[in-house]
Formats: sequence, structure tokens, C-alpha cells
Amino acid sequence: MVTTLTAPPAASAGGVDFSLSEDQELLVEQVRRFAEERILPGVEERDREHRFPSEVVAELGELGLLGMLVEEEYGGAGVDPLTYVLAIEEIARICPSTAVTVSVTNSVCCWPIAHYGDERLKRAVLPRLAAGGEIGGFGLTEPGSGSDAGSLRTSARRDGDSWVLNGEKAWITNAGFASWYVVVARTDPQAGKRGLSAFVVPADAAGFAVGKPEEKLGLRASRTAPLHFTDCRIPAGNLLGAEGQGFKIALATLDHSRLGIAAQAVGIHRRALELAVAYARDRSQFGVPIAQHQAIQFKIAQMSTELAAARALTHFAALASAAPASAAQGDRAGRLAAEAKVYASEAANRACAESLQIHGGNGFHQDYQISRLYRDVRVTTIYEGTSEMQRLVIARHLLR
Amino acid sequence: MEIELSDEQKLLRETVRRFAEEVVQPRAKEIDETGEFPRAFFDQAGELGLTGVAMPEEYGGAGMDTLAYCLVIEEVSRVCATSGVILSVNNSLVCDPILKFGSEEQKREFLTPLASGKKLGCFALTEPGAGSDAAGLRSTARRDGDDYVLNGNKVFITNGTDADVALVFASVDLAQKHKGITAFLVPTDTPGYSHGMHEFKLGVNASGTTELAFEDMRVPARQRLGGDGEGFKIAMSTLDGGRIGIAAQALGIAQGAFEEALAYAQQREQFGKHLSDFQAIQFYLADMATEIDAARLLTWKAAWAKDGQKRFTLEAAHAKLFASEMAQRVTNKALQIHGGYGYTKEYNVERYFRDARITEIYEGTSEIQKMVIADWVINRA
Repeated sequence: MVTTLTAPPAASAGGVDFSLSEDQELLVEQVRRFAEERILPGVEERDREHRFPSEVVAELGELGLLGMLVEEEYGGAGVDPLTYVLAIEEIARICPSTAVTVSVTNSVCCWPIAHYGDERLKRAVLPRLAAGGEIGGFGLTEPGSGSDAGSLRTSARRDGDSWVLNGEKAWITNAGFASWYVVVARTDPQAGKRGLSAFVVPADAAGFAVGKPEEKLGLRASRTAPLHFTDCRIPAGNLLGAEGQGFKIALATLDHSRLGIAAQAVGIHRRALELAVAYARDRSQFGVPIAQHQAIQFKIAQMSTELAAARALTHFAALASAAPASAAQGDRAGRLAAEAKVYASEAANRACAESLQIHGGNGFHQDYQISRLYRDVRVTTIYEGTSEMQRLVIARHLLR
Repeated sequence: MEIELSDEQKLLRETVRRFAEEVVQPRAKEIDETGEFPRAFFDQAGELGLTGVAMPEEYGGAGMDTLAYCLVIEEVSRVCATSGVILSVNNSLVCDPILKFGSEEQKREFLTPLASGKKLGCFALTEPGAGSDAAGLRSTARRDGDDYVLNGNKVFITNGTDADVALVFASVDLAQKHKGITAFLVPTDTPGYSHGMHEFKLGVNASGTTELAFEDMRVPARQRLGGDGEGFKIAMSTLDGGRIGIAAQALGIAQGAFEEALAYAQQREQFGKHLSDFQAIQFYLADMATEIDAARLLTWKAAWAKDGQKRFTLEAAHAKLFASEMAQRVTNKALQIHGGYGYTKEYNVERYFRDARITEIYEGTSEIQKMVIADWVINRA
């Protein structure tokens, strides 16, 4: 039989504390100010002109926002994943295009290099990304290989002290602006997923070319283009991890990067709610501000509740990614990142649709920010693992 | 930020889970069917310290915090939602306001026996004509010397068939609307107090829900909780806290249903495969797990805010709204995964499905939560 409960000493000093540290509060404030003062001006023009925000990239680097997760000895900010997602949320609130530019550099370029690169490679590449104002890209997807990344066909062949790459990558964020690309290619045609390896390709490598930029529904101020490898030669030391580990590295990288996309969705969701509240207070119909109509109030309440849920999942996943899991927990961090990504992206899509609805006809006009956010948010359920892939990841963990 | 249970909290959760599985679960189905109020369960819960989890030890409580309280309600509701709400009402809706608004004398006389489980409490606010619009209640309290004389009727009172103490809300001046509402601590053996029979309900069937009647019920002025006209404030503040308990209850119901669905999907075969091999079922399970995790985080966050003496009205409404609607979706999917078997009494999911429904209604409907949230977001942010 169970024993009587007694008040444990210092139970209140337990491990549940939702407050941010002073450093985190400070950084959030700093990034928010930077986003409002430096990124917000021109955000609509850049979207309309499909123009990459080159002018703010150098400043993002100076603020340490491009190598946030990189250790300080390699020029990074060395912050924890929670601080990182807080920063992405603040940038995405103002400009989702800039947020993905930053997220890709941090999560899918710096992170795998920092984790799987050898010392020479880390010293050569990371300081330039983390502190030099250079940005990075990640080449996994191909025209015939999206969710089924293991089927990719770009090849890498060892030739003396070099690797020689041939093939094509599609939908590559930051293509043409990035100085470094983490690229996954096939080193063993017979070995399926185990025949893939990951490499770091500098943008000035011989045989490397960037194709024509894509015209997209949203995120028009982020650059997306194909990469072409034609006997593209890179040093042997640019291999990440060991030969054959490419698929594992790609999945670990995506587990991590999902936090950035979840944070991006949370930032967009927050902005959609802010815009809806401001508009509903300002706009009058039937003689009262529409914020006084219960139908509008209930939409706002739902958006607020789902934002709280999305943010809590994202922060929890970020904390989990920094903590070693016990054996019983397995790869809990991977499951939680997938939960955060699928929930936050789908909730943000709902929030943008409802915010646009509250804006009525004005929301359909390009002069209102919500019309851009409505387009921008759409991709969050697709890239870095579709919602369907997230659900498969979660189910795989549950059924382990 | 840190969101991991401490060793003490884990120990508490394990202890309560064992109690729930060994003592509560074996009777869950039976009391659901008969509607018999599980008084023995309440007494045992009292011995364990579950009847006044967040009450100070000097008043008979376990001296823990709101997060611990949430763990208790979740674990008990995971096997029996009826038992969960019985505890939730005693903890959140009766003990909590006495601790917060009661005099030292009232705490000694009423809180100590309630928090230690010697007595069972109920919360009497709702009336036939005053549900969400609690300020519209019609029960009256007329001052007469050192006493008040109460008259009126209450409905849907959880624990009502078996309570020893009722926290009763009545108006000292109906013309003053909510500013006339006043709270009283009333032993249920007070002359003029009566309660109805057990009412069969769709779910949480054994929680002793019934109506109360007060006929020239004389209550000494020293049993008034707070001052004249402070009752509405006490009720609203109490319900803020109560909502965290209901969120935890919804969470427990969903967790229980999810675990049964997960096990069933891995055991049941159709088309030569386990149900869990089908992508449609995998996606149900993924969504259920995701929403349960989100609800738990919102619930814990509200509990953390309450324990930090922060304003937690918004957090509690977020948690209650999300968790209750999540429980509805999760229990529905759990039943769907069970197919025809899920519709029978042979499996527990039909009970979870029925029990979840009330969490969207009591202690503030989803619509009331949305009104509260919208008010905060639109007018106070």
C-alpha cells in the first residue's frame, strides 16, 4: 500500500519554471528592437521586388545572430537552443523571410558543421559564418527527392584528395547568397540511405553553380534556387562525419532545424494576432468597433490560446534538445521538435487565415501586412519536413 | 526556464499513480454505472494528503504547490474522472478560497477538516437561472441579528449528495447585482439545508451532482467568508484556480484514453496488419500525443503562475479551454481507433469519451473562457 504524502523539503525549488533568464530577456529585447528598427523598414518593398535583405545580413552577423549555437571559440554566440528560438521568433514577427535566412544559416549549416566537422574545417568555416556576416545553405532536397530524402541521386566520388560531386539540388534557401553549403550526396549507389554522405561545399568551388531563383507564393525576400554540381571538386577534408553517415547527419540536422521553423511560425502567429487585435479595435461596423462583436472576440481568443500552446511546445522542445535524454525517454528531443513544428506551423496557418478574415476586404489587399503573412506562413507546414513527415516521426517514437 | 519535474514531484506522481491504479481504477467502471458516490475513495485520498494538496500543513494540508495538485488530479483522472473532479472541487473550490479569504478561526474550524479529508466540501454557486451569468443568482441572505437567513436553490452541485460543508453564495441585496453576492461556509447539517438525490449524468456519473435547497436556513455571521458583497470576487478568483484543476482533469482523461488507444492499435489486426501499421492511425496517435503535450504545458504554466503569485487569469483560461477541447478530440479519436468495440462497455474508452464532455462546460464553459481571454488580449494587453 502506498505511504502518506508528506511535504518534501524545498518541493517548490523543483524543475518547473517558465520564466526567462535575464540574459534571455535582454536578448529578446535587443532583437525585437533591431527587427522593428532595421528589418521592418522596407519589408513590404522587398517582398514585392523579391529582393534579398543583403543590407541587414551584415548587421545580423555583427549582432551574433548568424552563429548563435556555435561555440564562442569558433566565433559564435554559444547560446542555448531556447535563446536561439526566442531570437528567431522576434525576427519572424517582423519578417519571416529574414527569419528563414537566419534560421537556415544557424540550424542547417552552422549546426552540422559544428557537430560533425573536423577541427580544421570548423576553424576555417565557422568564424566566417558566425561572425563574418557570411550566410550558409543546406542542400538535401532534389527534384525527385523531397520527403523521401534517402532516395537522392546527387553523387560524390572520391578522387585522390578530393571529392567530386555531380547532380542537382532543388529549393535551396539562401542559394546564391550563401558562402557555404552543407550538401548531402550519394557515395555508394548500392547502399540506399547508408550510401549517403554529407559535405561542406564552398560557393567558389569549381563546378558549382546556382540556378535561376524560384518565384514563390511567399517568403519572397528570401532567396530560393537550385544548385548544380558539374564535376564540382572539394577537398577531402570537407566531408562531415564519416562516409555513409550523411542520412543520419541530415536527420539530426532536421530535428534541430525544426525548432527554428517552429519559432518562425510562432513569430508569424504572434504578429497575426497583434494585427488582428489592432485592426479590430480600430475598425467600426454596426456602430461599434468590431472588437466588441463576440464572433471577432472568439476568433481572437482562439488565436491567443493556440499561440500559447505553440509557444510552449516550441520552448519545451528547445529545452529538451539541450538536455541529455535518459534511456527511458529515448530520443525525446526529436519527437518534441516534431510536435512543436507540426503544431506551431498549422496553428500559425489558422491564425493568419483568421486574422485576414478579421481584416475583411482590407486583408486581401497588399497594403496590409496580414496579406503577406498569409502567403509567408504557408510554407511552414511544408519545408524542413512536411506536417505529414512530422506526424510519421512522432508516431515512430510512440510505437517504438 | 526549466520544465522537468523535480525528484519530489516525480515521486509524488508515482505514488498517486500507484494509488490510482490499485485503489481507484478497480471501482471506476462500477461507480460510473451505479452512480454511487465513492466516499471510501475520498477518505483514503484524505489519508494520503490528496484532499488538500496545496494547503499548508498547519491546516491539515500536504503543504505542496499547485503544480503538485495538477499532478494529483491528472493521475487520478487518468483512471477515473469522477474521482478526479471530487478531489478537484474539494481542493480548488472549497479549501482554496477558505485559505485565501478566511479568518484564522474559519481556517481552524473549516479548512483543517476539509484539507485533511475528514470532511467533504462542495461549492454552491450555480442556480437554475444563473449558470455562466453567475451574477444573476437569486438566492438571498437576510441579516437577522448575529445570523443570516438564507433562502434559495442551487443546481449541478458536485459532491452535493455527500458533502459535509458547502460554500454557498447568496445575495444580501439583489438590487446590487454582483455587488450584493456574499459567501458563507455552511455545515450541511444546518437546519433548513437539504439536498436532492443523485442525478444520472452523461459522464462523471458518481460525483454526487445534485441540487440544494435553503429554507430559512440560519447561518451565524462568523461563518460569512469575506465581507458582505465580496462573494462575487471570491467566486471569480476561486474559479480561476478551479480551472487549472479542470485542465488537469481533462489532461488525465485524455492521457488515459490515449494510452488505451495506443495499446489497442498495436494489438488489433485488420487486413493482416496491426492498426498501428496504418498511416491514418499513426497520424491520429501523433496528433493526440502532440495536443496532450501542449495541454500539459499550458496547465503547468498556469499552475506555475499561480504559485508565483502572478496574475494567472489568462493562463488558467488558456489551459482550461485548450485542455478541455483537446480531451474531447483525443477521447473521440481513441474511441474511433477502437472501432465498434470502443462503442461498447467492454472497453474504457466510451467512459473516457463521456467523461471528457463536461470539462468543456463546468467551471466556466469554453465560451466563458473565450470571453475572458478576449477581454485580456483586446483590452488589457
